[in-house]
Amino acid sequence: MVEKKTASMKRKRAIGNAVTYLVLILMSVIWLFPFFGLIMQSFRSYDKAVEYGGMVDYIIPKHFSLDNYKFLFSGETNFLLWYRNTLIIAVCVAILQTIVILCVSYALSRMRFKGRTFLMRFWLVLGMFPGFLTMICLYFLLKQFGLTQAGAVPGLILISVASSGMGYYVCKGYFDTIPASLDEAARIDGASRARIFFVMTIPLSKPIVIYTALVAFMAPWCDYVFASYVAFGYDKSYNVAVALQRWIWTNDYQGYFTRFCAGGILIAIPVTILFMFLQKYYVEGVTGGAVKG
Amino acid sequence: MEKKKINPVATAFGALGRDLKELGLTFAEGDWKTRLSAVIFGFGPLMRGQIAKGLAFLSCEIGFILYMVFVGWKYLSKFGTLGTVETTKSRRVTVYGDNSFLILLFGLLTIILIVFLILVWRMNMRENRDEELILRKGGHLPSNRKVLGSLLDSNFDKTLLALPVTGIFVFTVLPILFMICVAFTNYDKTHQAPTNLFTWVGLANFRELFSFGSTGFGKTFMAVLLWTLVWAFFATFLDYFLGMAVAILINRKGIKFKKLWRTILVITIAVPQFVSLLYVYKMFANDGLVNGYLLKWGLIKSAIPFWTDPMLARITIIVVNIWIGIPYMMLIATGLLMNIPEELYESARIDGATPLQMFRSITLPYMLFVTGPFLLTQFTGNLNNFNVIYLLTKGQPQSMKLAGNAGQTDLLVTWLYKMTVNDTNYKMAAVIGIMVFVVTAVISLIVYNMLPSVRDEGGFQ
Repeated sequence: MVEKKTASMKRKRAIGNAVTYLVLILMSVIWLFPFFGLIMQSFRSYDKAVEYGGMVDYIIPKHFSLDNYKFLFSGETNFLLWYRNTLIIAVCVAILQTIVILCVSYALSRMRFKGRTFLMRFWLVLGMFPGFLTMICLYFLLKQFGLTQAGAVPGLILISVASSGMGYYVCKGYFDTIPASLDEAARIDGASRARIFFVMTIPLSKPIVIYTALVAFMAPWCDYVFASYVAFGYDKSYNVAVALQRWIWTNDYQGYFTRFCAGGILIAIPVTILFMFLQKYYVEGVTGGAVKG
Repeated sequence: MEKKKINPVATAFGALGRDLKELGLTFAEGDWKTRLSAVIFGFGPLMRGQIAKGLAFLSCEIGFILYMVFVGWKYLSKFGTLGTVETTKSRRVTVYGDNSFLILLFGLLTIILIVFLILVWRMNMRENRDEELILRKGGHLPSNRKVLGSLLDSNFDKTLLALPVTGIFVFTVLPILFMICVAFTNYDKTHQAPTNLFTWVGLANFRELFSFGSTGFGKTFMAVLLWTLVWAFFATFLDYFLGMAVAILINRKGIKFKKLWRTILVITIAVPQFVSLLYVYKMFANDGLVNGYLLKWGLIKSAIPFWTDPMLARITIIVVNIWIGIPYMMLIATGLLMNIPEELYESARIDGATPLQMFRSITLPYMLFVTGPFLLTQFTGNLNNFNVIYLLTKGQPQSMKLAGNAGQTDLLVTWLYKMTVNDTNYKMAAVIGIMVFVVTAVISLIVYNMLPSVRDEGGFQ
């Protein structure tokens, strides 16, 4: 009797597992298909003598060619410049934003000062306003310092970093989990707050530092709104998102679609690799952030 | 658990009253240095050897006076009208008049700085009072070195927060206040600074937003708002439950390569959205891959209008968003599911519960309890989810029925963006921005008070 029951349960489990595998394989195909298409089409030539560079109804190119990649590196477009702009913005924002967030989080987590709760509530309310609302005003402010059009790259870094203090939630949540008794012990030994911050708290928070920097690094690659507005019409200050977006919206017969695919691949590969390497920290960050809200 | 009721108004007035009383004492009991400090900031501390503090106060005052003389007053005096002198052209030479934009911006800044100066003045008086009290008791004032050193120790928060707070003030607070003011002006295409002036119009823009006539924004606003809410609802909850389901599937006992499955899904987070979403947009286009294959295989006769049919476009957007949203939720759910004690499931299994029952009475309540605040932030984030909508459809298909160039898939934020960039209709953009804030704030307040984890901390044991 008992044996029979376990046997039927076993079979049930086996069927369940088979269904699960089927679902997972199906999902993997759906998830990977667009990227497969992206890679394949980046190898389709835009040269009319070879193949059509617009939209086609087949996925594997008839002739594999590197024309799109050659085009990107040839200097016919400013692709390398756009790439460099984005990289500069991403690196600077990652470093500066991490510093700002660490400072704010430490102050809010460890110190008790007048106006602390007011500051946190005030920032919470500020965060409910849509970001683009302030676009024209920010544009004007940047223009005063000559940080639009030709100076768009430092300008974009400035606006990304300036308001980043409001994104302290995840990091503060992490600091809150470091026992306060550690701080107290160090203070009894005569260490100042600044010393504790630099020598103890930051080294202890390596995962959250990496998470913060990673998120800050990835955002500029997608920044379209502010980047297009601040660099308005000045080709040399574009970042990749703004520049490649133009290619997608061109007419199909101009054949920029495959060139977009190639550019997209060149952008996606380094960012994706970096993300996969630091995935562990990312998961830790989002999970911690989700639970604490 | 009866909470003591606190009346915030009464508390505020009480605090103000105490403050005024203390201020009176400062003057009544203070010496001439303290009294002179009311006019010359930091005079008292300087005379008592507190050079660092004294100089800080004094430089605030000098800086403020210089600002008022050279910049502030010029703009503040015109703040009521936002300028009266038009820019004119005489003999091909442009004679610039008032610039309403600058008047509004710097007028606001000046008002804020005046409030700020009053606060500094109050701090300055309190500092005098504290110093006098210490000296009267026969104590010693801290040395300048100690005062400065405290910025790295007991006052370290001021050092840490100085730059971030200033940055947020200049690049977030001031612009938001500016745009709130713009909502009460007629700043638009025909009133562009510096060529034209714009001026205060009271609530006219809000009246336009809620006017349901043939030209009014009322119908469009309601349509866009409704779609924004529907979108946020589906984008949040579909992703939430499907993501959780996938996490449970991968967590199942006996499933191999757990890490591989997760890595495959996570790829949509790793690849920059503008690459993946723009490609997906092209994939579902009328002449794209999906339609191409379906036509070739003879499954359909004519291309499916994924992006050009309003209803279909909305559904496609939500489905594509699942593609992006599931992995994110899966990561979070994976970590949380492991926290549920295994014994709960064991005992349920012994009682003969089916997997569905276990999910409904163990997994779901736990997850909802733990991720309540997260769901709320997801929801408000989706209300403002610019990237997905703009990269996929740009808010299109366009419709004649909608005013202000709104498209059928426009969210409030993408509509706001279009108004700012394409139509330069700043006044209505500002009004929409305020409405987004109102919607977000109302939903947050209501939901936050309903959350089980807020109402009943530690309720899930």
